[in-house]
Amino acid sequence: MSNIETLVKTLVEKHGKTRNSLMPVLQGIVKEERFLSEEAMISVACELDLSAAEVYGTASFYTFLDTVPRGKNVVRICKTISCHMKGKDEIIEALENALKVKVGETTSDKKFTLLTANCLGWCHKGPVMLVNDAVYPEITPQKAIEVIEDYVKNTK
Amino acid sequence: MNEFLVNLKINNIPVSVKEGTTILDAAKILNFKIPTLCNHPDLTVAGNCRVCVVEVEGSRLLSASCATPVSEGMEVYTNSEKVRTARKHVIELLLSEHNADCTKCFKNGHCELQDLASEYRIGDHVFIDMVKDRSKLADMSSPSIAKDDSKCIRCQRCVRTCEELQSVSALAVINKGDHQKISTFMNKPMDDVVCTNCGQCINRCPTGALTERTYLEEVWNAINNPSKHVVVQTAPAVRIGLGEDLGYKPGERVTGKMVAALKHIGFDSVLDTDFTADLTIMEEGTELLTRLKKALVEGEKVALPMMTSCSPGWIKFQEHMFPDLLNNLSTCKSPQQMFGALAKTYYARKKGIDPKNMVSVSIMPCTAKKFECNRPEMRDSGYQDVDYVLTTRELAMMVKQAGIDFMKLDDEHYDSIMGEGTGAAVIFGATGGVMEAALRTAYEIVTGREVPFKNLNIMPVRGFEGIKEAKVLINDVKPEWKFLEGVELSVAIAHGLHNANELMKAVREGKVVYHFIEVMGCPGGCLGGGGQPIPTSPEIRQKRASAIYAEDEGLPLRKSHLNPEVALIYKEFLGEPLGHKSHDLLHTHYKVRKRY
Repeated sequence: MSNIETLVKTLVEKHGKTRNSLMPVLQGIVKEERFLSEEAMISVACELDLSAAEVYGTASFYTFLDTVPRGKNVVRICKTISCHMKGKDEIIEALENALKVKVGETTSDKKFTLLTANCLGWCHKGPVMLVNDAVYPEITPQKAIEVIEDYVKNTK
Repeated sequence: MNEFLVNLKINNIPVSVKEGTTILDAAKILNFKIPTLCNHPDLTVAGNCRVCVVEVEGSRLLSASCATPVSEGMEVYTNSEKVRTARKHVIELLLSEHNADCTKCFKNGHCELQDLASEYRIGDHVFIDMVKDRSKLADMSSPSIAKDDSKCIRCQRCVRTCEELQSVSALAVINKGDHQKISTFMNKPMDDVVCTNCGQCINRCPTGALTERTYLEEVWNAINNPSKHVVVQTAPAVRIGLGEDLGYKPGERVTGKMVAALKHIGFDSVLDTDFTADLTIMEEGTELLTRLKKALVEGEKVALPMMTSCSPGWIKFQEHMFPDLLNNLSTCKSPQQMFGALAKTYYARKKGIDPKNMVSVSIMPCTAKKFECNRPEMRDSGYQDVDYVLTTRELAMMVKQAGIDFMKLDDEHYDSIMGEGTGAAVIFGATGGVMEAALRTAYEIVTGREVPFKNLNIMPVRGFEGIKEAKVLINDVKPEWKFLEGVELSVAIAHGLHNANELMKAVREGKVVYHFIEVMGCPGGCLGGGGQPIPTSPEIRQKRASAIYAEDEGLPLRKSHLNPEVALIYKEFLGEPLGHKSHDLLHTHYKVRKRY
């Protein structure tokens, strides 16, 4: 059994073998793997007795359930209007320069993916950056780079 | 029964309807037509297209009439200014995302969106053109189904069809918002997913987004090529469906006119799939009796229940979903493919034609048959056994293209040989029909008596119940069938792949025990096939079924083993059922496919 199949089996055991478990199982995979591979989605469909298209349909609906490979750390900058007015473009520029990738790309060492996101609900403390599950409100270009450097140090 | 009636007014006219009725259905009672797109009588309510909006007094917003149940004292307006304006905008918005190259569309003239645009006189675009996939070519990977996303209005009838009626879910809603589309797993091509090619999605698509792959030009080219001998076979369910596309109401039998039209069109020989349906009964019936003998006398482990193999959508479904039960499928080819294999061997020899110069065409109520004729196994004649499959709808197009006034045609008869069929073959077109035909013959072979049902009509296997069961006691058998004395033959019938799926799960788990199972992939059987005239509904399918059974009762021969051409082919060519030649030409094998 591949690693993915083992992971899916564990998650299905935890959440139950019903249609209702689809979301938590998919979220569990993304937490471990950062994205849903074709193999992972097929494995979920098998375990929950669903069609593969239905699993892909659900995954593709949610921005945070990625179906393309992502780096070890996913960095998201809020792109909506409050954060835009508070200078999200400068944050993105700083990160693009530091990571040497454009928005939507993954670094060659597969450690970081840089993305934009729709409103993260931190309009009162914009601009906001999200690294995996951690929120960094009122971020500045300087602080954003420091946060990334911390992740570089702590990511094997 | 205690039934609550609800009183309401629609366009100021009072009406009382059962609690739970939708505004749409209540309006129908008063003959107020409300347009719909996502709504379909075979499917659950979606309420996503908004074309059916109506004004409800006291409500600020318009309501989707297909998804709103009536309530006491409700006052509904189906055609107020507010409704008309909103409805027109809805149609305009749908069109702004629809590739409206109507004149070049296969569904031109048969499109529900086009009809609405015409009804509401939609003129210049009010909204910005948002068609995304216009430049992208349609998915033509499947030999059965063409899928063009630029024509899709995302009503999701196809998605509900594939899930609710067929339990396949090859299609799903992918992405969201303005990126939303109907697609497959990882957007793979249609021939690379679990699609069974049943075409039920085509029957319900309101636009040209899902259509059959058409082979009209190829067939016309063959007809116009003087060096080709073009034979055509017509499936049982075509003769009771074709009329609907040529001016008749559902349930009209047009067998004689259809044969006349095919001759006018220029086919060299107009023959009948009914002939090989009768032959199927001889082969499949013998196969069943052989399996029973092995199980009951020789104590051998054989795959029972045996399952019918006429429906190519069902076959592919079984290959994907129940590969562990493939041995239970009868090895008999479908009547179409038996016909194809015999046309380029037996027929060619008798007529003195080089099979190399033959083109074999079949008219089917089915889109999966287009896939079936392209299966690599189906070349036992040394050539592709059936070259082109046209749907009932495509034949209607041919009739129109040929300038034939169909209703004025005089009835004509099928050509010979391979043009003779019995009533037992005609009922192959309805759910339960193959079972009934098999029982009529098998019971008589074993006992020497007719089946113990009035007028040969085996009523327990008829009708549209999802899964039907019947038991037939076999007694006073002929000496050679001694092992069947006192056996109660237990059979089941499923139609539509959702029902087939439920039945197969029960079989796999050992919850039910049968000797013989008939499955047809489409709701109602072939009469509700993916190649039949559009629209379809339970009422329309009921009328088609009545026509099938009327056609059966009207024929002089109603038992497959009495077909004189079948007797002749065994005498002259095949030898005996399940014989060496039958094995080579009339039987096949199946392929394990993945569900994922």
